[in-house]
Amino acid sequence: MITLLAQAAPAAQSHTALFMFLAFVAATLVITYFSARRSSGSSAYFAAGRRITGWQNGLAVAGDYMSAASFLGIAGMIAFKGYDGFMYSVGFLVAYLTVLFVVAEPLRNAGKYTMADVLAYRLSPRPVRAMASLSTLTVSTFYMIAQMVGAGALVKLLLPGVSYEIAVVGVGVLMIIYVVFGGMLATTWVQIIKAVLLMSGTILLCFLILRHFDFSFGKFFDAIGHVPVKGADGIIVEKDFLQPGLVYGAAVNPWGPIDLVSLGLALLFGTAGLPHVLVRFYTVPDAPTARSSVVWAMLIIGAFYIMTTLLGFGAATILTPGNIVVDGKPTDNMAAPLLAEALGGEVFFAFISAVAFATILAVVAGLTLSACTSFAHDFYTNVIHHGKEHRPGEEVRVARITAFVVGAVAILLAIKLQTINVAFLVGLAFAVAASANLPAIVFSIFWKRFNTSGAVWGLGVGLVSSIVLIVLSPSVMDASGKALIAHAPIFPLKNPGIISIPLGFLAAFLGTICTREPSAEEKFTELTVRANTGLGAEKATDH
Amino acid sequence: MTPPDSRNTPPPDNQPPWERIAADPEFKNLVASKAKFIVPATIFFVLYYLALPVLVGWFPELMKKKVLGDVNLAYLFALSQFFMAWILAFVYVGVAAGWDRKAAAILSKFRS
Repeated sequence: MITLLAQAAPAAQSHTALFMFLAFVAATLVITYFSARRSSGSSAYFAAGRRITGWQNGLAVAGDYMSAASFLGIAGMIAFKGYDGFMYSVGFLVAYLTVLFVVAEPLRNAGKYTMADVLAYRLSPRPVRAMASLSTLTVSTFYMIAQMVGAGALVKLLLPGVSYEIAVVGVGVLMIIYVVFGGMLATTWVQIIKAVLLMSGTILLCFLILRHFDFSFGKFFDAIGHVPVKGADGIIVEKDFLQPGLVYGAAVNPWGPIDLVSLGLALLFGTAGLPHVLVRFYTVPDAPTARSSVVWAMLIIGAFYIMTTLLGFGAATILTPGNIVVDGKPTDNMAAPLLAEALGGEVFFAFISAVAFATILAVVAGLTLSACTSFAHDFYTNVIHHGKEHRPGEEVRVARITAFVVGAVAILLAIKLQTINVAFLVGLAFAVAASANLPAIVFSIFWKRFNTSGAVWGLGVGLVSSIVLIVLSPSVMDASGKALIAHAPIFPLKNPGIISIPLGFLAAFLGTICTREPSAEEKFTELTVRANTGLGAEKATDH
Repeated sequence: MTPPDSRNTPPPDNQPPWERIAADPEFKNLVASKAKFIVPATIFFVLYYLALPVLVGWFPELMKKKVLGDVNLAYLFALSQFFMAWILAFVYVGVAAGWDRKAAAILSKFRS
């Protein structure tokens, strides 16, 4: 059985996977069609009329957040390296406490469609919105390119009949259709269906793993303690995969532990600054619903990450790392799909593959929508046209045009970057969100003295320092030419958060105390009352 | 000083009475009780979370200690993070329901 696994998926299987994926696409297009008829007007288009319920939005937040990188990447990391992959996954859930305690409710009460609405509430709108829009577009684009390149690479493994280019163009065109025609309502339902599919697939796979071990955690953990791994000398030794240190241990990489702390900080403070997560809180009727949707999302996301680790450990013990190979090369992204094949046969392999694509598609649609919303609402309407819509429906029209542009750019970049490992772009997106967006959001909600100059400096320094440090890091610079720049890295950490987050906060602080802005301080009273009571908050719209 | 009956008349530009709500002792009390929960809870979860990479990174021998059959401290501590997050979220929801009631009471006081 094991030797069979090593071979590439035969054609019949890939047809089943393709068929299942097309069924998902068909269902989402039907939703888009019905959403399109209800998406007239800005509030309907950008915020689904603010009528999404708590559990629906919880599923949608989870759907926006659980990427293929988590599903396949973390399972693969654990399958090859054990415990450290588990530790990596923890931060993705704990980060939601920042969203819950600090951001979700004030944002819902004080804003309309974007993160910048909260900043512009009491600061000078044009400079603040311009910077916030730049930061939002940067985060969304980086994250999206990483997802699209991942989609293209996965298709080669999961659907051998489909080429990289077709996969990237297909994903790009579909996300444009969802966003242009269906707006937030369609995108939300795409996330919900994807989240349900992803959770079902994961639960089923976990069930099969536990059944393999006769539903005995004792047996399972005993196996995890004795995973056969081929050493550098070709001799197979048993390793305890519950032991930490195979990825981040100081023995493997002297900067490993501090890099992990740095990553943890970016996750903890970046999630609460991710534009595609923040816009979801505008789709619910009020702040208490926003709160309950975060808790729903936390239950789903936490269960998902715990199960993902079981998938990884299951692949390590049932398949063993030596057998997770495609064309003779170890391929960590294939750990979960190959495990599905071993335990559930061809149809289950096809189902898990289709779920992985649905996952990517949903995440890129959410990212595109948040980028378009920010460009149309922040930049076009408020920066260029001083907050006035010249013709009704103009804002939505600009967002739709932006979706075409963003989609086309993402397709072209993903095809250009085909051969490059762009996984670091996800880390960069979190770092920018934590270093630029979060200081501005937190200070504008909680610090009376905060002003426009502080927001612009915080956003600018957070954005630039994250990008510069990533460019100087081992992710981009590598002396042996494995990365974009063939040069020894100047900055030793792969994750810039530990430096860039304090820099972002410091810049926001110094920028503030260098100037005074009495109007911003006067309006703080209004913002505080509104954020804490919901008085004057945007209401749900009727049909 | 605003005359006592002005509470029921909207301000000239039809704006909600932000200043008077902000000055209300019950509102001040609401903001203070939020801060009293959120600040320590945030400090707690940030420290609890960062303890994981710090302990695993710099004290691996301690974390490799097996405490429950084959299961070591590192695994249990990482797993405990999930439950910490869930428990804290549910505690927050319980506490915040009280804040919702207080906020509603304050608003109804200022509504004509």
